[in-house]
Amino acid sequence: MDSATSQIACLTPDDLETPPLSLSQLAWRRFKRHKPAIFGLVVLTLLVLYALVGSLIVSEKYANFNDTSLRLLAPSAAHPFGTDSIGRDVLARTIYGGQISLLIGLTAVVVETLLGILVGALAGYYGGIVDSLLMRITEAMLNIPEIFLLIVMAKYFGGKIPELDIFGRTLSGSVVVIVLIIGLTSWMYLARIVRAQFLSLKENEFVLAARATGTSDLSIIFLHILPNSIAPIVVSATLGVANAILSEAYISFLGLGVQPPTATWGNMLDGANNYIESAPWLWFFPGFLILLTVLSINFLGDGLRDALDPRSRTV
Amino acid sequence: MTYLLEVTDLRTRFHTPEGVVYAVNGISFHVGEGETLAVVGESGCGKSVSMLSVLQLIPVPPGEIAGGMALYREQDLLKKTESEMEAIRGQEISMIFQDPMTSLNPVLTIGRQISESLRVHKGMDQKAADAQTVELMELVGISDPAHRLGDYPHQFSGGMRQRVMIAMALSCSPKILIADEPTTALDVTIQAQIVELVTKIRQQIGMAVIWITHDLGVVAAIADRVMVMYAGFIVEEASVNALYENPRHPYTSALLGALPRVDHRRDRRLKSIPGAPPSLLVEPHGCPFTARCEYVIDRCKTENPPLTPVGKNQHNIACWVDINSGVLRCT
Repeated sequence: MDSATSQIACLTPDDLETPPLSLSQLAWRRFKRHKPAIFGLVVLTLLVLYALVGSLIVSEKYANFNDTSLRLLAPSAAHPFGTDSIGRDVLARTIYGGQISLLIGLTAVVVETLLGILVGALAGYYGGIVDSLLMRITEAMLNIPEIFLLIVMAKYFGGKIPELDIFGRTLSGSVVVIVLIIGLTSWMYLARIVRAQFLSLKENEFVLAARATGTSDLSIIFLHILPNSIAPIVVSATLGVANAILSEAYISFLGLGVQPPTATWGNMLDGANNYIESAPWLWFFPGFLILLTVLSINFLGDGLRDALDPRSRTV
Repeated sequence: MTYLLEVTDLRTRFHTPEGVVYAVNGISFHVGEGETLAVVGESGCGKSVSMLSVLQLIPVPPGEIAGGMALYREQDLLKKTESEMEAIRGQEISMIFQDPMTSLNPVLTIGRQISESLRVHKGMDQKAADAQTVELMELVGISDPAHRLGDYPHQFSGGMRQRVMIAMALSCSPKILIADEPTTALDVTIQAQIVELVTKIRQQIGMAVIWITHDLGVVAAIADRVMVMYAGFIVEEASVNALYENPRHPYTSALLGALPRVDHRRDRRLKSIPGAPPSLLVEPHGCPFTARCEYVIDRCKTENPPLTPVGKNQHNIACWVDINSGVLRCT
């Protein structure tokens, strides 16, 4: 008892004061408590490592090397994931395909997010005729089935861009085309979310207060209102990565996406449907990797939403 | 003598689905250098709208500034473009708002919000702006300002946030501060602190203050001159002493009569003005106070009295009747 009171008495004000946590520290704290998000982060990191470190071990040439005498081999020590219908090693192709799929997912989301924010912010902030015009375009885009848009655009733009080198890899130009068309066909939902956010946020008094101190429209839009809607945007963007990977898988599955020999998880599934029962390793490994990626990204997005809101009360 | 701000025949309307709202109907007023003008009136009488109109902060559409002039240093603010106004707002004329809980951006740090206008108007870099911000926060009485720069609004109490708002508004030493009911959302002791703070700073940097309120007690404490508004019109304008000692407009007189007084018996009911203000959806004709006025005459119903001097000392009222004597005023 005595020692306890004396200890309390010993505390100087400096000791009592906990150092204030910065916003990022608070966000990290909240993020850490979100178990699925941590799971997502870990799995996603492992997947990225798988695609990057794997490429140091096996060469791309090996991934694209085909020997029809080795076609449709079941998983074995030499080919842990088996071989495909023209004798390529599935393990090596999932590694190189992973790079492309993840790259497409991330870059397509950048395109999508930029477009969505721009359209949504302008429509929501200015309202009136700007809003009507932009939203009618958005609705028109939404009314056309996405898969149809993807197919038509892939068909139309496909093959028009020459091959290019990124990070020492030669990619068929179709990668860029796919990134652009996925971005161009998926910004509408985000635009609507951002618009809705802006419609309600711009009525806030802090917007009037910012205008009253002489802040320009552009900095109100991008520096005052946008940071307030970061949570739904981040969530939508993370889900967008998953969607972009899936979209790429659709069109590649239909043979309109990234052209072989460049592998993606999506185009590895192309043709696997003929061997669903006879060679299940053809679809299982790329399919499982897509599933794992999409799932962990969704968990991650969920955790980020909770973590990024500074008004969130949970510490 | 020219005034710092001289508003003439300002008219503001809103085009709503229900019809046109006549929010401000030709008001004229002026503010001198370093003067404190209080604008009083009940909710919806056009106090805030008229000040927002002067700064062109009315949302257009549905709002519309249908006429008038607002001369600030011989330049008409109502004719300025948006980008010209951006240079005026915050730098020459600042405004603080009613609710400090919602007037600060919840996701930006206090430091960033206060330093924003320093960076926008004065082109300071972040470091210089931060140093100035610390000084401003000290000026408005926030303790340990250097450590609180990185704090977010939710870490501040209501009174502290209003101090932050004031620091924001004062950052570029404006010539006029428009305070739109800055104490309404605060409790009484904090109200007193804020009133004291604004008065102190006003004397220090010599700016003019336009204080919008419906708290007549605050008005008596701080204002030089008072302007009473009703249904989008100015009905009386006088120095603060003249207005309280001798209100000359029936509305002002009824308003002051409705104030609770310390020396009244406690079980006495508070007096109120019978009726309600007229609908602003009808184009005004005649005096807007006609329906509730105890001095009403026939002329009130058809003709709106202009704001004219009564007695001496720049005491102006808009009424056909002299309520002290009950006789008609000659016009």
